Amino acid sequence: MLEKRILTQRFNKYDGLSIRQYIDLDGFKALEKAFSMSSQQIIEEIKLSQLTGRGGAGFPTYIKMQAMLNETRDKYLVCNADEGEPGHFKDRHLIEKDPYQLIEGMVISAYAVGANKGYIYVRGEYNNAIQQLEKTIKIATTKGYLGNHICDSDFSFELVVRRGAGAYVCGEEFALMESIEGKPGRTRVKPPFPTEKGIFDYPTLINNVETFCNLPTIIEHGGEHYSTIGSNHAKGTKLICLSGNVKHKGLYEVPYGTSINDVISELGGGTANDIPIQMVQIGGACGPIIPPRLLNMDIDNEAFEIFDAKMGAGAIIVIDENYDLFEIVLRNMQFFLHESCGKCAPCREGHIQIVKLLQKFVNYQATHKDYVSLQSLAEVIHTTTLCGLGQTSPTSVISTMTYFKEAYDKRINQQNKE
Amino acid sequence: MNLQKILEKHAFQKDHLIEILIDLQNEKTYKFVTEEEVSLIADALKVPVSHVCGVMSFYTLLSFDERGKYIIQVCKDVPCYLNDDFNVLTTIEKALDISCGDTSKDQFFTLEQTACLGCCDEAPAMRINNKVYTKLTKAKVLRILEEYKEGILC
Ligand SMILES: Cc1cc2nc3c(=O)[nH]c(=O)nc-3n(C[C@H](O)[C@H](O)[C@H](O)COP(=O)(O)O)c2cc1C
Ligand code: FES
Repeated sequence: MLEKRILTQRFNKYDGLSIRQYIDLDGFKALEKAFSMSSQQIIEEIKLSQLTGRGGAGFPTYIKMQAMLNETRDKYLVCNADEGEPGHFKDRHLIEKDPYQLIEGMVISAYAVGANKGYIYVRGEYNNAIQQLEKTIKIATTKGYLGNHICDSDFSFELVVRRGAGAYVCGEEFALMESIEGKPGRTRVKPPFPTEKGIFDYPTLINNVETFCNLPTIIEHGGEHYSTIGSNHAKGTKLICLSGNVKHKGLYEVPYGTSINDVISELGGGTANDIPIQMVQIGGACGPIIPPRLLNMDIDNEAFEIFDAKMGAGAIIVIDENYDLFEIVLRNMQFFLHESCGKCAPCREGHIQIVKLLQKFVNYQATHKDYVSLQSLAEVIHTTTLCGLGQTSPTSVISTMTYFKEAYDKRINQQNKE
Repeated sequence: MNLQKILEKHAFQKDHLIEILIDLQNEKTYKFVTEEEVSLIADALKVPVSHVCGVMSFYTLLSFDERGKYIIQVCKDVPCYLNDDFNVLTTIEKALDISCGDTSKDQFFTLEQTACLGCCDEAPAMRINNKVYTKLTKAKVLRILEEYKEGILC
């Protein structure tokens, strides 16, 4: 079995609303155990588990928790459910199919770091997820798993939902904090980092939905046990969002160390109509596009440190030979052009120019000079922009220039002949 | 719910500005916010009008323009594109005789594009107001439009 279902173990076993059924499926066991532990003990287990952030950057979770614990002021917990990176739908599934698991993970984290108020920032397009969360938060509060004196302990934690309003960049943690404060989601200059100066200037711990959802299993079975799952580079399981030209698109949970190829062929059933794979984009619009010969690579973050890009949040987008490479790259860059917050010039202006250049490639009008301009522009955006949006947006350009150079050459030559 | 009620629900808190604007817009048949409402909100929350305008213009889901009763948003990102063998957008453009970005003359539909709706596992996808429709086929899209017109869907 390629799949290992831990975070998705309760999917479709209950309706995502009944707290009784969640408890019958061993829900809130970890929380009760957590209340018998000290903050430091909990963080120690997370450290042993080697859990890393599942929102894209792969930062060790315990380090941020430890930094929070060392702060003595009021503290906030934030769950990043903005999930705007094209090709991702895992956080939506986690919320819609097992919202209590997320709530339980957040309460464990809040208790460990000493935060009494938490926000779940959900993108405004996720209407069902928002309603589901609002209902389940109410139910959990009535049943004593949220609010004052949780499970008769001294600990209190209030959780509220905040809606986004259609801005991808708000998934970036600094922009997200601005948005929670009711402002346009423009990133901040860093440091200070959120754990020092977050929402309303208070220490804030921000984690992705999937990251929080890992906490109950780590606490219930211990960090050491968790660290036996996965590969040398990364521990635990990863939710994979498989889409594009495959027979069985969908959400799959696999241990780190699984190869991209196995996910596509065994779980995805290969391409629809068995047309050969031309390329695969990993991690969404900001991720690298790689050729079939690299698909035996693991889904580990480390293994993905090509072009400074990481595995991202788990999207695998399969593209068969029927599609034009330049059309795909153009769509990626049009996405970033639209989503740039406009605060820094290389991002604002750079994406306008890069889209123009790619349009020339799509229309068979590009010259060698355009190729050189595209290359240097991608490099400038990657190295000089203020936040992760521009730092990662040109990855599809840079990676295709590396792996599909002949496609660029061919396109330029076709123009010359016409 | 009128504006005053919405402001009360959010206890006149500044940081709830985006929530207030979303709630207000959702209440309206034609899904937009007026300049008059912007100054009322600015007054009530004790923030500059320019701040509210800044928020209005930053977020794609907020609008100063009067739009249709039903806002159709077709997903434009790669995973949907790879599964769209009939062209969802042009199918709707033809069926409603409007271009992307326009509102129909009877102000019933507005047609827009959207970024990924997080339903790539059921691509292609579109959203009409707060409902998402997936696994679209040409016949399904045309049927959905008809059912809105007939009031079966709303
Ligand atoms: C442009 C941009 C968009 C992002 N969008 C998301 C997102 O939608 N969800 C998310 O969890 N993290 C997103 N991130 C990463 C966050 O900034 C942050 O690293 C993450 O929420 C930390 O949580 P983690 O450590 O649990 O992964 C984004 C980053 C950038 C630069
Ligand atoms: S790309 Fe259309 S829903 Fe994700």
